[in-house]
Amino acid sequence: MTVYADNAATTRMSRTAIEAMLPYMDGICGNPSSLHSEGQRAAEALQGAREKIAACLGCSPREITFTSGGSEADNQAILTAAEIGRRKSKRHILSTAFEHHAVLHTLEKLERQGFEVELLPVHENGMISARDVEAAIREDTCLVTVMYANNEIGSILPVSEIGEVCQKAGVLFHTDAVQAAGHLAIDVRAQHIDMLSLSAHKFHGPKGIGALYVRQGIPLTTLIEGGAQERGKRAGTENVPAIVGMAAALEEACRNLERNAARMTALRDKLIAGLSRIPHSALNGDPVNRLPGNVNFCFEGIEGESLLLLLDEKGIYASSGSACTSGSLDPSHVLLAIGRPHEIAHGSLRLSLCESNTDEEVDYLLREIPEVVTYLRNMSPLWRDKVSGKREFLLK
Amino acid sequence: MALYSEKVMDHFRHPRNVGVIENADGIGEVGNAKCGDIMKIYLKIENDTVADVKFETFGCGSAIASSSMATEMIKGKPLSEALQLSNRAVAEALDGLPAHKLHCSVLAEEAIKAAVQDYYEKNGIAYDHEQFPDCASCGHCCE
Repeated sequence: MTVYADNAATTRMSRTAIEAMLPYMDGICGNPSSLHSEGQRAAEALQGAREKIAACLGCSPREITFTSGGSEADNQAILTAAEIGRRKSKRHILSTAFEHHAVLHTLEKLERQGFEVELLPVHENGMISARDVEAAIREDTCLVTVMYANNEIGSILPVSEIGEVCQKAGVLFHTDAVQAAGHLAIDVRAQHIDMLSLSAHKFHGPKGIGALYVRQGIPLTTLIEGGAQERGKRAGTENVPAIVGMAAALEEACRNLERNAARMTALRDKLIAGLSRIPHSALNGDPVNRLPGNVNFCFEGIEGESLLLLLDEKGIYASSGSACTSGSLDPSHVLLAIGRPHEIAHGSLRLSLCESNTDEEVDYLLREIPEVVTYLRNMSPLWRDKVSGKREFLLK
Repeated sequence: MALYSEKVMDHFRHPRNVGVIENADGIGEVGNAKCGDIMKIYLKIENDTVADVKFETFGCGSAIASSSMATEMIKGKPLSEALQLSNRAVAEALDGLPAHKLHCSVLAEEAIKAAVQDYYEKNGIAYDHEQFPDCASCGHCCE
């Protein structure tokens, strides 16, 4: 049996997305900027996609800018707010310690340019409150950027409340909704969101395409100079098939949102309950305010990469926040931000489900994962020391 | 996964000499929990030869594979030869390790040296301190 449980990394494309794209790969080849009918057919497809995405977010089509993905959208949103701030001599930016690197690294770049970046500490359950944001907003704050839901531990942030706080204070509010779009209901107007990033491949759309919602009236900073595409705010011939696929995927995800969420939540909670039975393990993130497909555990005494490799042998595809899988010497900044010690963070496992995962697959995961954890613990000198009382257990 | 050679995967999937030697003649432990890898080597020494060797490892795939390979390479060998085992030799025997994983083979070399040193210390055998890494100052990777 193979179980793809890494949907937070990327998802399989849906039939709907593929079929929507095919005519634009196999037939209509026009450049949307071309005046002739073939070009105009592509331009119409682009407009149709823009309308669909706008409808899913509760905004107007002209407030949607297509980007190469979530990272570009995050970069553009943050640099836009910074540019506006610079003009008003507002150089304070508020964010959180557990944002995606697309946000954190952009903020680091701004810090080097003289901005003051304040990363709010994250509570143990992976949450921050609107009150935390409210208390930290200053006269010179030009941007609050807080993710909609965390990609590793799945906690869902109180975006509406944060949006309200920002609106009252007259501060721009951006949210990285890459993990939320297509999985959680979004209404940018009702939620007082000024800018929002999303990425198609997280909701069964194609890779390499995303969108940035920017409230009308906010002058977008251009990152890629060139032609007049996207009202001059993002040059480069549009990836028409990918854009059409993204719109079809998002529309489908939003149409089935509640049904999918209910299905995934049931599978998720069964997994959480089952994995909680492994001694000296702990769930990361909030048990309730949690993405429907996200399961993230730390298992004491073992290391995440070896866990992933052994699960891979069993056909289970998952991810981990261990240093060895993060490509750096430190384990996941998200797990460290919620207060997990390095040692514990090394032993993390993220399983992220989608609506096509099955009950049988969850049973298989619950059979195999405890076995692999036990196998690795049995060869771990760290585990032996804990069992013998030479070292203390850090997790119950 | 293509990250590792077939050799690494073989030793990772089927690690040789995993376990503990009760009343071992020498025990060496290197690495730390914070960095995410600890290697522990147990030696049984007879006539200045590694009569038996076992390991326990907390760490990634290449850490487990490096321990396994290193134990195979010193089993049955004279201590003088075991002390000559270099991290490079371990990595080469595994058909190479990714650059950021080379330190796993360093740990394997150091764990064996630490176990031999422990054997010398326990038995009051004089030895050349120069042969052993100064573990107090080796600097843990992530601190």
